[in-house]
This record gives sequence, C-alpha cells and structure tokens, in this order.
Amino acid sequence: MGLFRRIISLGRRSRLEREAEAELREHMAMCIDDNIAQGMSRAEAERDARRRFGNPRVMRERVSAEDAALGLESLWHDLRSALRVFIKSPGFAFVVVATLALGIGANTAIFEILDAVRLQTLPVANPNQLAELRIIGGIHGFGITDSAFSNFTIPMWQAIKDHHEPFSGIFAWRTSPVRVGSPDQSRNVYGLEVSGDFFNTLGVVPFQGRLIEPQDLTSCEISRVVASYSFWKSQMGGQPITPATTIMAEGKAVQVLGVTPPSFLGLVVGDRFDLAYPTCTPPNPRREVFTYSVMGRLKDGWTLQRASQYFEAFSPGLFDETAPDGYPAQTIKAYKAFRLGANTAGAGVSTLRDQYNASLEILLAITGLVLLIACANLANLLLARASVKRREVAIRMSLGASRGRLLRQILLESALLAATGAFLGAALAQPLSRTLVSSLDTTDNTIHLTITPDWRVLIFAGAVGIATCLLFGTLPALRSSGAEPLTALKSGARGVVGNRERFSVQRAMVITQIAVSMVLLAGALLFVRSYRNLLTLNAGMRESGVLSGGFYFPSERIKPENLGVFKNQIVDEVRAIPGIDNAAAATNTPLSGSTWGHGVDVGNLDGQSRFTYVSPSFFGTLDIPLLSGRNFTDRDTNDSPLVVIVNQSFVRRYIGTASPIGIRVHVRSEPQYPERTYEIVGVVPDTKYSDLREEPQVQSFVPIAQLPVTAQGPGTGMLIASRDPAAAEQAVRQVMQARHPGMQIQFADFQRGILDHLVGDRMMARLAGFFGLLAALLVVVGLHGVLSYFLSQRRSEIGIRIALGASRGRVVASMLGNACVMLAAGLAIGAVLTVFASRGAGTLLFGLKPWDPPTLLAAAALLAVVTVVASLIPSLRAAHVNPIDSLRAE
Amino acid sequence: MTIPSKFELPQGTLDLLILRVVAQGPIHGYAIAQRMQMISKEALQVQQGSLYPALHRLENKNFLVAEWGPTETGREAKFYRLTERGHTQLKTETESWERLTGVVAMILEHPLGEPS
Repeated sequence: MGLFRRIISLGRRSRLEREAEAELREHMAMCIDDNIAQGMSRAEAERDARRRFGNPRVMRERVSAEDAALGLESLWHDLRSALRVFIKSPGFAFVVVATLALGIGANTAIFEILDAVRLQTLPVANPNQLAELRIIGGIHGFGITDSAFSNFTIPMWQAIKDHHEPFSGIFAWRTSPVRVGSPDQSRNVYGLEVSGDFFNTLGVVPFQGRLIEPQDLTSCEISRVVASYSFWKSQMGGQPITPATTIMAEGKAVQVLGVTPPSFLGLVVGDRFDLAYPTCTPPNPRREVFTYSVMGRLKDGWTLQRASQYFEAFSPGLFDETAPDGYPAQTIKAYKAFRLGANTAGAGVSTLRDQYNASLEILLAITGLVLLIACANLANLLLARASVKRREVAIRMSLGASRGRLLRQILLESALLAATGAFLGAALAQPLSRTLVSSLDTTDNTIHLTITPDWRVLIFAGAVGIATCLLFGTLPALRSSGAEPLTALKSGARGVVGNRERFSVQRAMVITQIAVSMVLLAGALLFVRSYRNLLTLNAGMRESGVLSGGFYFPSERIKPENLGVFKNQIVDEVRAIPGIDNAAAATNTPLSGSTWGHGVDVGNLDGQSRFTYVSPSFFGTLDIPLLSGRNFTDRDTNDSPLVVIVNQSFVRRYIGTASPIGIRVHVRSEPQYPERTYEIVGVVPDTKYSDLREEPQVQSFVPIAQLPVTAQGPGTGMLIASRDPAAAEQAVRQVMQARHPGMQIQFADFQRGILDHLVGDRMMARLAGFFGLLAALLVVVGLHGVLSYFLSQRRSEIGIRIALGASRGRVVASMLGNACVMLAAGLAIGAVLTVFASRGAGTLLFGLKPWDPPTLLAAAALLAVVTVVASLIPSLRAAHVNPIDSLRAE
Repeated sequence: MTIPSKFELPQGTLDLLILRVVAQGPIHGYAIAQRMQMISKEALQVQQGSLYPALHRLENKNFLVAEWGPTETGREAKFYRLTERGHTQLKTETESWERLTGVVAMILEHPLGEPS
C-alpha cells in the first residue's frame, strides 16, 4: 500500500512543490502585512520577513528533504541513480542485458516451435477423440505411395468406410495440387481432397457458406471447392460467398461452396491448404496405389486400444478383399498379413515432427545451456561489481545512509537489469522463432506454423534470469551492509574480509562456464562439420548447372508403344539447342527424395533393386562414368533385347567377383510392370540415389524406351546440363513451345533441390555454431571479469612482490597460472559432459561419430586460446602495477 | 547571536505542538506560528525553517489534511485540520509527553543528597 501511494505521489511531486511555494509566498505576504501593521516601513517589513522565512529555495529543499526522509521520493531517485550507474558503465549493462535477452529469447523461441510442431492440438472440436488408422509397421515398400501420409488405397478406404464401429464419424483425405487460373496462366495451389464427412467429423464450422458434405461426392471432375480463409482473403478478395461464386480450377469454372475458419490449415502440421475438394470413386481404382489417410472420431466409451482391437479383427477380411493382382504370390501373402491399428491424431499428422523433433530437442538443450552460462556470467559480473561497490556502500553507511535504503538501491539496480533483459528476451522470442521456421523453408515448401507466445516458458526463463540477478546482485550487498563500515573501509578495495570465499564462488562459476561452453562448442563443431560433410559430399554425379524438369505432353496424343521413342526424340531436340551441354530423360530424379524399385532375382539370390528408366544420354549428362560394358543406345527399345546397367552395389550384392556383363536379371511382376528378364550390359559406380545421407543403394538403369508399354505415360522427368541454366531454361521453353505447342514444362534447379534437403542440417549448423560462439564470448567476458577482480583484490600484494624484486614475468605467470587451473578443471568436466551430451546428437550427424576426438580436441583448443586471450589483458595489467602507487594506496 | 529567552525545542516536540494548535480548528501555517508565539508569551519563536517541513511531514503521515481557503484578510492560504489519526496521535503524544515531563520533574524535584 505504502509503496503504491509513493508511486502515485511521484507524479504529484511538482504539484506539491508549487503548492509549497504558493503557501510560503502567502505566508510571507501575511508576515509583511503584520510588520507594516506594527509600524515598520515596507522595505523594513520585507527585510524582516525574508530574514524570518529565509531563502525560499532552501525552504523548498527542506520540504523535499522531508519527502526523502519518508521514502516518498527515493524510489524515483534510486531508479534514476541506477540508470546513471548503467550509463556510466554501458559495457557492463550491455553485456548483462544482451546475455539475458539472448538466453531468454532463444529458449522461448525454440520451445514455442517445439510446442507448435509437437504439442499443439488441431483447431477442431475435441481433438483428443481423433484417431488415425494406419497399417501396423508400415507397408514395407509395397506398391506405390503418394506421400508420407498415404496409408490406404481407394479400395481399402471403400471397405473401411462402412465398417467403423468404434468411430462416430470417419473420413479420408489426401493433399494434391490443384491448378487454378485460366489455362494459359495457370498455377498450382495446395489442394486438399476430402471425403464427405471430413468437415462434419472434425467439427470444423464454416466461416462463410457451407463446407463439403456427403452429397458433394459426385463426379471425378472437380466441380465444387471450399476455400481456406487465407486463400479466400488473398486470392478471392474476401468477397462474400454466394451460390454464384466460382473460381477457375483445372481449366473450368467451379463453384465455391464456402470458406473454412482462419485457424483451420488442414491436418498436416506446418502445412496449409488453399482449396478443398471432394473425393471421387473412379470406376477401376488402382489397388496398389496408396493414396489416402483415414481418420475417425472415437465414440464415447471407445479407447484407442479397443478401437485397435476392433480394426485388427476386421483386417483379414479387408486385405483379402482388396489385394491387388499382378504381384507374385509371396508379395500378396505379405499384403494379406497387414493389420490395421488406430493411433492418436489429435495433434494432426506431421513429417516435421519426425524430421525436426530431435533437432529441436537438441536446440532446446543448447539454449538451456546458454541460459545457464548466461546466468553464471551474470552472477560473476554482479559479484565482481558488488565487491567494487563494497567500499562505496561502506562510505555511504558511515555517512548515515540507512541499511534498508542502500539495499533497496542495489536491489533496484539488479532488478532493472534483469527486467530489461527479460523484456528484450520476450520481445526477441517471436521474431527469433519466425526466423528459425522460415530458415527451414525450401524452394517449393513453406512451413506454416501457428507460433503462439508461450508465457509459461517466457516466465520460467525470465524468472531464472531475474532470480540470478537479484540473488547475486543483492546477496553480496546484503553481506556488506551487515559488515561494520569501518572494517570494510579499512580493507577497502584490498579485500581481507570474506573475499576468499566469494572468489571461490566466482572460480566455480568460471569453471562451470568453461565446462558448459566446451559442450556447446563441441556440439557446434560437430554440427558444422556434419553439415560440411554433407555439402562437400561427392554424390558421384554432376550437381551444378543442372536443371531438373518435368515435361508433360498429353495433348500430343502419342500411342503408348511409341512414347519411349518419342521421349528419346525430345531429348535429342533439347540436346541440339545451342548452349546446352547435355540432356537426359529419367523416370526418377536422383536425390529428390522419391524412390522406385522392383523385386529381382539374380542367379539364386533374390531381393530388391532401385530402378530408373533413362535415356542413353543420362550418364553423360550427370558425368557418371561407365566402369565396364557399354552404354545404352537409341536402338535399345522394346523391340530389341532387354538390357540393364547396374551399379557396383548391385554387383557386390548379387554377383560378387564374377564378371557381371551378360548376367541375367529377372524382375518380378507387379501391376503395369510385367515379369521380365534383362541382361547386364554395363556397370557404373555407386551414386547417391534419393538422399545424401543414405548408404549406397542397389541400383539398376534400364533404357527409357524399354519401359513396359503399360507403364508408359505422356510425361517424363528431364535433366539438362548447361553452363547457364537460366538461359537454357529460356531456350528450352521457346523451342518446345514452337515444336510441341501444349507441352507443359516445369523446371527446378537440381542442386538447389539437393540443398533443400539439407535445411535441417543447415539450421543445426548455424544455430549450434552461433550458440557455440556466444558461449565462447561469454567465457571471455566472465573470465576477464573475474581476473580483473582478482587483480584489484591483490594489487597491493603484487605491488609488494614487485617491490621485493619479483620479475614482471613471474607476476604474469602467476595470474595466467590461475586462469589455467580454472581452464583445466573446466575442460576436464566439459569433456566428460560432452561425451554424455553428444550421444543424443548421434542420429543427426553425417560422416561423424558423436564421440569424435578431433572435434573434442578442437573445442578444447579453441577454449584454451579464448581463455588465454581473455586472461592476458588483466595479467599484463598486473605486471604493470606500480609498486609505489599500489602501496601508497594503503 | 543568541537570545536567551528563546530556546530550541527538543526534537519531535514541534510536531506535538502543531497538532495541539491545529486541534483547535482549521488554521493556516503562518497563524500556527503566530499562535504558538502568542500562547507561549513570545517565549517560543517558531523557526519558519522548521515549521513548513514539519507541516509537510504531518500531512504526509496523514495526521493533517489541508485545504486552500481565504483568510480573514482576504488572502489565499492553506488551512490545516486534524484527521482522525491526527487526533489519536495528539492524544498518545500528549500522554507520553506528560509521562516524560512527570518523570523528569520527579527526578528533578527530588531533593539533592537524599538517598532514594
């Protein structure tokens, strides 16, 4: 209460002062009146009044002094004097505030992302009731999978949707691009294909109009859509939805039924959708193409476990009924053994979660350590400061300042620092998490996360920082205020009283800092080296100056049996364009993340191999040398003997040391790919296949003209090598447009596509590197502070030593020796900690073991250099102590 | 230069005297000094330099409240009144002052050289 009144009264101050002045003026006037009434002359009366009342300003100050004595004015005064202190030592204030802000901000930012990716539930009604059906243990590469969330084929979904006893509602969905805009200016937007009960079951309420309902599942041509809020706002101008609202999609006008609420971004964490459209049931759905994710809402009284039991019991019938044809008996047996299970889905589905969970957890640990170092550093700085202040406190106390008053001022100083740091940290958290998330964006994938300020973490991190400040900023002050002023004054800056104890606290802090910094630096080096390993990794093929493209030509209406030759013809046309080094068609772009494989039998060995169907120019375009045998030619078609080129891993796995040329490779049947036997005509070295991190894959290459006719489609992937990709792209578009009007062409940079797969590694390298450097910097600051303090404590001792003939070299050596003892202790503890801590990073590292002696040594060496540099300055200052000066100060 | 008839008040006494004077009814600062001088038959010359800080102090301690109003001579002045707390304070202070003076008097009036 009292404090509150005081704070309010702060603003009243000038008013009170004016009032006091007015009161005095009136009273002086009264006095003069009285004097005149008693017979004095005017001048005499005024002089007498002035004598009695004294100088008005002095009077006013005495009145203010009353305020100060009551503590009214002093809070403001203390605040101002604290500010003055910081303005006088801006370096100190800056380091403290910046350290805290970074520690608190980074912690909060990382936690917020972790929370958004992992913990936040979907913005739908009762998300905890949602369950996703999945095949237990996955499908082991069976058939064709659309995306990471494609768990079911269309026939499976049709069987499941009528048998969902545990669910009150069930729905299927998938993500698939939708082309919007007029045919000549169309572009892909994020599409969400949903079954009739999708929105009902989720409990999503329309923002405008209505959402997709069961009666909308009519034809397989998109005829009605629902727009997401952001799409509606940005692309449709946010105009009210009427029955006449349409949009151009897939080349025609389709009705827009309604708009979803702003919070609903679909079911994939970090993703969004633009348009949702109804599923359809094609007449002959492919039984080996996995398309949908299936989710349901559990009825009251059903648990996930009971639901799983229900679906497991239902599985045999389901998989018997939906088994595809065209596979060997063994494969079908495996298919029929699949079992369904229900999994929680309240938080949506996510690849981000699997992809970045470990990274985010490590980052959270790293930022936690940074906060720890920051606090240790703060404690150190404040302790060192408190010892400097000790003398000041003693003087002020001996001059009559009250203990409480002094304490309050010191407390206020610490609180001000802490609050500023915490405030900046809070302000930093949001931009930091946004930057972090956007650093994970790739060329064609932007991450959309709802990052909400997390007050729990902010308050926690802020409280830690503030507590540190208050504790270490105030405790020493408390102690010095308890000391006799005279003792403190006598010992003065030379510190005889209790400083050994405090200094040992400081030493412990520095050792902690060095140990934790060692962990962070080692971590930083590990991640940076791992990223470097990935960047400099030789994938075994040309990466730069290569365009990867997709060519689609349904309008050419070419018969399937001629498509292979046509693709080779396009390749030749592209290769003939000036400025283009080479070009090739391929069914699968290397290092794009997608895969294609077949079951094979070679001799009496059976297994799998990756298969890529390529034009003869493929190896030339990507600079992959032929180790033995021959390359494909344009004469290798479906009318000539079937040939295959295999890689070294294939040879190791299936052939061994015998000569591979001429050996037959039997490929097992699957839908659209009949059983075939190829003859090996050549061997190429191992190249990376879908991902840089993977072990060498068993690979086979078949001429694109020998792709089974049933599998031929009016489109192909292209790889185009040139010195100037931008110009090449332009030229290719022009030539193709002229020769094959209606051909759709998409281009991407091959190398950029590969780098896009490394954004997670890049983030870890950058952030771990940044925090590692920050940690090292904090060590410099902390160490410098402690040694400077140490020096100030022992100035006279050093002076005496020098006076008695100690060489300056020995003085430096003793100071450095001190630092080295702390360094050694810190490094020893740090090394042990690192070995334990780095285990968690193992899976994220590439080409390195977490227990990597060179990295540990490098981190230790780096810290050693940092330590020596940080201690050199105070040590040299110690050497230049003038014995006369320091002794005279006694 | 010292005037023998005027003396320094013991610390804290001024506050008590002000409370006592103000207890008689709303009064402004200048009049407080005048009245004290008058009642003490000019023996007590209140230092203006102590009066105003004391008034300010008492106001801040909520013993007094003040209000601007016209004086009998037509000037504007700040009139002080006792608050509830002020009355209580005056009572306890008066009692303790009486006890103190009583005790002091008892000792001082005790004949010299006589064992207690």
